[in-house]
Amino acid sequence: MYSLSVIVRTICDVFAWFLAVFGVYVIIHGHLTPGGGFQGGAVVATLFAFLLVAYGGKKFIPFYKSSLFSWFETVGLLLFIGTGLVGLGTTFFYNFLAGQGGLFGSTVPIGPNSGVLNSSGTIALMNMAVGVEVIGGLSLILYYMFKGIRLYEESGSEETGHDR
Amino acid sequence: MIGNLPYLVVGIIFLLGLYAVLFEKNLIKIAIGVSLIEASANLLLIVLGYRTGGSIPVFTLAGKVGKMVLPVPQALTLTAIVIGLATSALMLSLIMMLYKHYGTLDVREIRRLRG
Amino acid sequence: MSWHVHLPALVIAVPLLGAFIAPVASMLGKVARNFWLVGVSALTALLSVLLWQQVLTSGTAIYVMGAEAFNLSLPSGMSLPIRIILEVDAFSAFMAVVGSIAAFAGALFSTNYMERFSGLDKFAALYFLLTTGMLGMVLTGDLFNFFVFLEIASVASFGLVAFWRDRPEAIEASFKYMVVSTIGAMMILIAIAFLYGRYNAVSMAAVANALRLGYAEKIALVFLIIALAMKCGTVPMHMWTPDAYTEAPAGVTCLLIAVSQASLYGLFRVCFSIYGASLGSAVVPWTIIILGVLSMFIGVSMAVVQKEIKRLMAYHSVSQIGYMLLGLGVGLLALSDPQAMADYGFTAMKGGIYHLINYTMYKGLLFLTAGALYYAAGSRNLNDLGGLARTMPYTTFMFVIAAAAIAGLPPFNGFVSKLLIYESTFAVYPILSIMALVTSVLTLASFVKVFQTAFLGPAKAKLAQVKEVPPGMLLGMSVLTIVIIGLTLFPTWSLSNLVEPAAKALVNQAGYISAVIGGGL
Repeated sequence: MYSLSVIVRTICDVFAWFLAVFGVYVIIHGHLTPGGGFQGGAVVATLFAFLLVAYGGKKFIPFYKSSLFSWFETVGLLLFIGTGLVGLGTTFFYNFLAGQGGLFGSTVPIGPNSGVLNSSGTIALMNMAVGVEVIGGLSLILYYMFKGIRLYEESGSEETGHDR
Repeated sequence: MIGNLPYLVVGIIFLLGLYAVLFEKNLIKIAIGVSLIEASANLLLIVLGYRTGGSIPVFTLAGKVGKMVLPVPQALTLTAIVIGLATSALMLSLIMMLYKHYGTLDVREIRRLRG
Repeated sequence: MSWHVHLPALVIAVPLLGAFIAPVASMLGKVARNFWLVGVSALTALLSVLLWQQVLTSGTAIYVMGAEAFNLSLPSGMSLPIRIILEVDAFSAFMAVVGSIAAFAGALFSTNYMERFSGLDKFAALYFLLTTGMLGMVLTGDLFNFFVFLEIASVASFGLVAFWRDRPEAIEASFKYMVVSTIGAMMILIAIAFLYGRYNAVSMAAVANALRLGYAEKIALVFLIIALAMKCGTVPMHMWTPDAYTEAPAGVTCLLIAVSQASLYGLFRVCFSIYGASLGSAVVPWTIIILGVLSMFIGVSMAVVQKEIKRLMAYHSVSQIGYMLLGLGVGLLALSDPQAMADYGFTAMKGGIYHLINYTMYKGLLFLTAGALYYAAGSRNLNDLGGLARTMPYTTFMFVIAAAAIAGLPPFNGFVSKLLIYESTFAVYPILSIMALVTSVLTLASFVKVFQTAFLGPAKAKLAQVKEVPPGMLLGMSVLTIVIIGLTLFPTWSLSNLVEPAAKALVNQAGYISAVIGGGL
């Protein structure tokens, strides 16, 4: 894929980063507003789609560190299941942070209000875990689908089973 | 009667998707058909949870209204959408690989496995 | 409160954790990855056996995710469960044991079988995800959760079927499986939406408690039966089965068998526990019986003419699914009539459930031996194989045991379960058991053909360098062999301890409901 014109690239430079900020906003406010980890993560991953379209593969592929984003994926998933397992003192996925004060532990006043960011316990934590995971996962999907099917160039040989 | 219109739409979308999967010859169109079926299932869930005049089912944003739409089908739909995304991505990747191997997107020519 | 109450959640959480840590473990090297793959599978199997023991001693286990107590439903004391629950009765626990043993054997087998390919960190992660999906399907007490776990298992299996990505056939098989399976899953979702729209609940027990058969329920039932029968590969919808089973790596096929059994579990959970006696008419049982007979006969007659060894076995698995559908369908037919239940229905169900464990074990073993042949000889075509009994004695021995078991030769476990099915279906309609007998004979014929061409006869010049497969693969196969021999030597014990509680739990719809609604929770 070739890079697009200078107008597109400039607009991408100026505005695409707001996508990342908006995505992170959606992730962090997942327990207060519509949206959450998956939606926010998808918004952030759109940033990479923008970069890919605007700058083309030649610039994007060296820029994109796929091992870093694999780590994003792994860390997000581990954080998610870890939060679930820590709750195992009571039950699996028990919300052990809610209402305890401290991290994500405030209580929300009753009645219409704008919400308390520091509330909801492990739900917020899991939103963030899912967000990190989805950023990694979706941008990896984009990357690999763009690179097409050249996996065998990485592994060195064609993998066709045990045929002789 | 007008209240049942969304269900009719769900049925039409489902049948369109099924038609695409069964009778289209192009792999991409088959993928679109599968996505249409997913969309109809999601729409059915959302329609089931809707209450006329209901407000957003977020505790702190709802304001003073009597009714809320049901939140559970929305949660179910979100899960189904995420699953649908994974399936679509994988399906398109497989179509790319099929195109690489066979050099065509026509299902009639992709039939090395038979009998 | 001992840690035993957490067993239902742990059985699902451990392989899930295994899947998420697998990429990290793979970075530490080959040995660490293999150790992780086998260790977590073994731990899962151990936990499943513990769960099964606990369910047998202290009754149906309920686990509420994320609540203040493992058996809490609502703070206000209302008994409708709104949280995600796991409900494990004897049948679920039985299925979990069967599935996790197959997963363990497949993992052990895959360590050596897959070693010369790349991307094994992803292989391990997907393998565990598939295990998680399968175990989740059998342990959950929530319809929507069932759908989610079904999709987890499906998506993981699409990836695993297409693992040899440079094989056009593998990609084609995976795509075919994917289209069929996604449509099936969406039908299940639509059926769940219908039930949710009627009863405002997705918990199986709550739906079962409130169920009155009307149009919406009938539509939901049709969707569920079509989709789940499609997922377990019965005849009109079987076209994905041979392709996917053939093209998946052998260790994965062993697990895919267990996953298809989980779909079968879903089918019978829906028929027996959710709809139960309110099915009323004989339409649904007879549909299942006819599907079963068609699967048996068409599957085996397609298998006889196959040249490729894994494809042949895959058609046999279509035919074997028919036995279970037949046995449990007869049980469903007798469900509303206590006299018929005592006369033949319960025997048929015992036969069906006993056949289920036998089938998973010997069919898994057969696919593993086919994989071993493929690994050693480099071909799956029967015309290229011959005289391998001399060079691969252990594989031959295990193949003979599995083939004798699937053909239903008298001392083996396959014979016991088939005999139970014959004698009970004879009471319903003699032609059914005659069909089953004919199928069994054809199965024997086809496996004699495989044995004769692949293992006996003169050694082919091309196969002169063939050696016995490495120890990991032998161990994987021997796990299943030991289980088969155990079931063969102690049929009475396994019938009364393994099968009967499961059959009783399946029949006991009131018990399944009351474990959640009222009293239990």
